Amino acid sequence: MSEQTLSYPDNHEPVAFTQEELGWLPWLEPFPADQLTERHWAGLVDASRAKSPYFLLLARDPDILQARTKTDKDIFYNTKDGLPRAERELAATATSRVNGCIYCASVHSRFATQYSKRGADVQRLLDEGDGVDIDSRWNAVIAASVALTKTPHEFGSEQVRDLRKAGLGDLEIVDVINGSAFFNWANRLMLSLGEPTLPAKHA
Amino acid sequence: MSTTLSDVIDHLAGIEPGSHLDTLRAQRLQARENAQKSYLALFEPEYPGTVTALERYAVATFVAGLHRQQTVLDFYRAALLRLDRPDVAELIDAEIARASVRGPYGRYPKGPLSAEDRDGPDYRVLSGYEEILGTRLRAALEHAHLLVFRPRDASPAALQKLLDAGWSTTDIVTLSQLVAFLSFQIRVVAGLRAVAAEPAHDAADLDRGPAFAGLLASGTV
Repeated sequence: MSEQTLSYPDNHEPVAFTQEELGWLPWLEPFPADQLTERHWAGLVDASRAKSPYFLLLARDPDILQARTKTDKDIFYNTKDGLPRAERELAATATSRVNGCIYCASVHSRFATQYSKRGADVQRLLDEGDGVDIDSRWNAVIAASVALTKTPHEFGSEQVRDLRKAGLGDLEIVDVINGSAFFNWANRLMLSLGEPTLPAKHA
Repeated sequence: MSTTLSDVIDHLAGIEPGSHLDTLRAQRLQARENAQKSYLALFEPEYPGTVTALERYAVATFVAGLHRQQTVLDFYRAALLRLDRPDVAELIDAEIARASVRGPYGRYPKGPLSAEDRDGPDYRVLSGYEEILGTRLRAALEHAHLLVFRPRDASPAALQKLLDAGWSTTDIVTLSQLVAFLSFQIRVVAGLRAVAAEPAHDAADLDRGPAFAGLLASGTV
């Protein structure tokens, strides 16, 4: 007798990319919060993540969750001498837009807006997708993320040259690569282990 | 099965100690170290649970092949061969050739994004391979293809197939992390290789950097 998936026949799924706050419903049973061991807490890294069904589900394999979370934090938060946070969030948003992760795109487009104060430009990326024309620097970051996100990837000397032309140094380029590559990881988990849900006011 | 490599991404991207790329990666040390720890957690796990080494390396070989990244493919395929299952390795070679398409494709929830729906194959392992692969690995390869090329087509039904093939909920989390991690690792390697291959126009700036810092430190500016 195998285990069963969870389903939500009454869920109102978002049908467009949005900067609004969305919920997320797991398709598999998260690890029970009241049975977390020290190893699970270490995997969650931040105790507050024990409130999230997504992280509780991932906590079923705590060692990879811990390493993944620490990779994530450095790629997005360590801005020393590198790409501003806003443009890392832009890379994450562009990647999520290409892969079609409405939930991931909602979280990281909000961050992109918060750090850049350019909500209308961020919204254009969500609305128009990977062909959007914003400005040379944002276009280069978006195009590089899009090229890297294709399978097989299409990232090469052209993207590196365009990023340099747009004023990015090599550490900043590595930050774009890391940010987009990391969202190829995150998108696949978010998209395949559960579904997004609209906030209650829409339901 | 233990690898002596201190950093798999450096190895796959051909990054030498002391090189420009090595210096750049050193400035994101926590990410670098935890990308390596992620690799270890998935491929040399302290607590492997019920996902076997054969399953991990077979799926990794398939995923690397689908990304057409020869260096990465060779790396995981060599590990698979060390498990003494050349029959599985050969079968996966054949399936990589059969299953390779271009992604991402797939469907959105019905609505304005439906205009962006892109159809593509719903991959199935060639029938008759079950004896070599077993039910679990066969289901894992099919799910890996979904995650690699059309993650937005994922569904509870796709997970139910894994459950029915004998994957537990926890096994599915491990399998999903493994495929998703490889999607990251392969792109980091590709990106770093592209940067290394394109001689920096700011090489002069890099040379000036420390000298300028030296001037600042000496207080002469």
